[in-house]
Amino acid sequence: MELPPFQTLLDSYGRDVHRFLLANVGATDADDCYQETWIAALRGYPRLQHSTNLRGWLLTIASRKAIDCVRARRRVPLPVGDVPEVPSPAEPDSYGDPWAAVRTLPPKQRTAVALRYALDAEYSAVADAMGTSEDAARRNVHEGLKRLRREYDDDQH
Amino acid sequence: MTNIEQKLVASAAGPLASSYPPDISAALEHSGHADVVYMVEDSPVGRLLLAASDRGLVCLHFVPDDAGLERSLDAIAAKLTPRVVAGKRRLELPRRELDEFFAGRLHTFEMPLDWSLVKPGFTSAVLKATARIPFGETTSYKGIAGRAGNERAFRAAGTALGSNPLPIVVPCHRVLHSGGGLGGYTGGLEVKRALLTLEGHAT
Repeated sequence: MELPPFQTLLDSYGRDVHRFLLANVGATDADDCYQETWIAALRGYPRLQHSTNLRGWLLTIASRKAIDCVRARRRVPLPVGDVPEVPSPAEPDSYGDPWAAVRTLPPKQRTAVALRYALDAEYSAVADAMGTSEDAARRNVHEGLKRLRREYDDDQH
Repeated sequence: MTNIEQKLVASAAGPLASSYPPDISAALEHSGHADVVYMVEDSPVGRLLLAASDRGLVCLHFVPDDAGLERSLDAIAAKLTPRVVAGKRRLELPRRELDEFFAGRLHTFEMPLDWSLVKPGFTSAVLKATARIPFGETTSYKGIAGRAGNERAFRAAGTALGSNPLPIVVPCHRVLHSGGGLGGYTGGLEVKRALLTLEGHAT
C-alpha cells in the first residue's frame, strides 16, 4: 500500500479543512485548530491502513480537534478587558454570522451541520468523517437544523 | 425572510469560500514528525528539488517541470517515508552551499548527507568514491570502478552513477569516458558540460 507524499494532502484538502473549522469553531480558533489538525495527521500518517478517502480521514481529525477546542474554550474564562470578537456560545449573533448559532449546538449536531453546509458534503461523506451511519448523519443534521430554526428563526420576527 | 438554512448556504458560498488557510509549513517542519522536508530552487543548471531528512540531504533532483517534481516526491514517499512536507529551515545549509558552489566560491561541500536512497554494496562504494573526487578533477568509469574495488566493473559503475540521488554534491559529473567523451548524465549532457565548465574544463 502506497501513501502519497503528505504535502499533496495539504495542497489538496487544506482549504476544505480550514473552511470546515471556520464554520465549526469560528475565526478566533480556526487557525490554531487547523495547525493542530495537520500536525496530528502528519504524526499518524504512516500508520494509516489505506489511502482511500484521505479527505474523510482529515475531516475526522479536524472534527475531534474542533470538539476539544470548544471544550477547552468553555473551561477557560475570558480575561477581563478582552472583548471577544466572536459572540460567546450562549448568545448567538443572530443578525450576522449564522455559524455563531451553529456553534451553540451539541458537538455531533454542530459537526454534522458544518460538514453538510460549509463543505456541501453528501450525507455519506458526513457519515464517513464522523464515523457514523448515513442515517445517523442525516439525523444529526436534521436535529441540528430543527433546533436552529426554533431558536434562531423565531428571533427574526 | 431568510431562514437559517439559506443563511448557511449563502455564507458557505460567500465568506467561507473566499477564506484561505494560514501557512503552517514551519509548524509542520518543526513538529518532530516531518521525516523529509523539501524545497524547489532555481539554479544555473535548472530547477532543483532539494530534500533532507534530519540526518542530511537525502536527494537532489533535476525537476524541469511539475510532473518531474511529482515523480521525485512520489519516489521518496514510496522508498523512504510518506511524511514528506515542504519546508525551509532544514535546507538552509544545502541551499547556501549550492549557491556558493554555482558562484564559484565553494569547492568542497560540507553539508551532511543521508545515503538512505543509495543501494548498498557496489553502488554505494562507487558513489562514496565519487564523493571524494576533488573539484576540478575528473576520472574515468574504469577509474571509479577501480576505486570502488573492481576495475573491470566499469559498466556497473556507470549504472551506479546513473542512480545517484545526490548529483552535483556527489559529483558524478566528474566521471568521463576514458577516450575523452562526456559519458552520460541524469540531468542531461548540457548540465554535465555546464558543471565541468564551471570547474575550469574546456568541454
